[in-house]
Amino acid sequence: MNIRLYVLQRITALIMAPLTLGHIAVMIYAVQDGLSASEILGRTQGSIIWFLFYGTFVVAVSIHAAIGVRVIVSETFKFVGFTLDAFAWFVLLAMLFMGGRAVLAVTLL
Amino acid sequence: MALALTEPDRLDGFLSWTDTPIVKLAEFGLVFLLAVHFFGGLRLMALEFFPWSTSQKTLAALAIASAFLVATIFFLQVI
Amino acid sequence: MSTKQEDIDVSVWRGDPHSGNYENFKVPAQESQTILDVISWIQQNQDATLSYRFACRVGMCGSCAMMVNGIPRWTCRTHLNKVLNGNKLVVAPLRNLPVIKDLVTDMDPFFDKWIAAEGLHHPSKTRLDPIEEIEPKSIGRVEIDTGIECINCSICYAACDTVTNNSDYLGPAALQRAWTVYNDVKDADKQTVLDAVSGDGGCLNCHSQGSCSVHCPNDLNPMNAIAGLKRATVASLFSRKG
Repeated sequence: MNIRLYVLQRITALIMAPLTLGHIAVMIYAVQDGLSASEILGRTQGSIIWFLFYGTFVVAVSIHAAIGVRVIVSETFKFVGFTLDAFAWFVLLAMLFMGGRAVLAVTLL
Repeated sequence: MALALTEPDRLDGFLSWTDTPIVKLAEFGLVFLLAVHFFGGLRLMALEFFPWSTSQKTLAALAIASAFLVATIFFLQVI
Repeated sequence: MSTKQEDIDVSVWRGDPHSGNYENFKVPAQESQTILDVISWIQQNQDATLSYRFACRVGMCGSCAMMVNGIPRWTCRTHLNKVLNGNKLVVAPLRNLPVIKDLVTDMDPFFDKWIAAEGLHHPSKTRLDPIEEIEPKSIGRVEIDTGIECINCSICYAACDTVTNNSDYLGPAALQRAWTVYNDVKDADKQTVLDAVSGDGGCLNCHSQGSCSVHCPNDLNPMNAIAGLKRATVASLFSRKG
């Protein structure tokens, strides 16, 4: 754990606090009377706002989760050095890819 | 989510599959754990960054949790 | 003649750096006894080869610290009736430290980390300068007072899960001492302290679980001291950036 990772972890947490609350509210609203693909797209397609909201969320989650999981595997499984860094980068990139793909698909593509 | 664009029928199939009680229970569990992680994180950051006394921090946490509970119940009623 | 009280089942860890196991002893129950009394009774009456540490036996020196039913405690200040589990007692050497023999641990890693955390005074004056006046109620001094009474008993170090999981982690006692130096207006080199506590094994590893503060027999609060060091580290990062 170094100062850069520590600060990134705290900052992404602060960014995600309001985004999480917003997301929960959106979910509660969206699942009223069932949920379908066309319903989702009808609300999100072409929307810059949704792209920015969930895009920011995806970036913040990917960083926060990668750092968080890095600490867990280093303390629980004693990963060190290259293995540890490679694992953390993998988590970061995988989440950026999957989350980014989902956000782009329902908004701008 | 990308399926909404490329294969909407498959996504709809998945979504109706998730309409079962066991999935709802799992979702509840997930949201509960998220809430714990969320409030735990806020508590941790208050602990680290505010030089408050222990009792002040406990009171602050209780206040925020209660406010959140009230706000959620209100929200669930009005939507 | 009073009725014979039941014996207590005491399980004591015996061994060396390479291996060990728990040995059972039956110890007569007394009206009022401490864990140190129990261990001493075993060594004096049952097995003279049992090794353990103690010194003052009145809760001042911290030498007698051991794991009692899984919790790190001063054995001289722990009454048997407060911790007895049914009729059972389990005593083991302090966690997170290498074992020398039986209940005696090697305190070297603890003290090495104490030094590594730079909890030493860096002088700013000579003997020819007037003595610096420190206002007892000043914020810095009050902060120091909350952590200065550490007697290096290593109970917080034994209690800390992060110490268990991260061999580089300096630990609560060492970091708390660094915090007291950092708050001393007389100290001339706070940056060295900050560098020492914000490295790989430093304060940023602390998860604020709080076992240290819960178990400190002197009611100190290393968790708070470490939070202070985290604040100081982050502040220094931003002030250095400009």
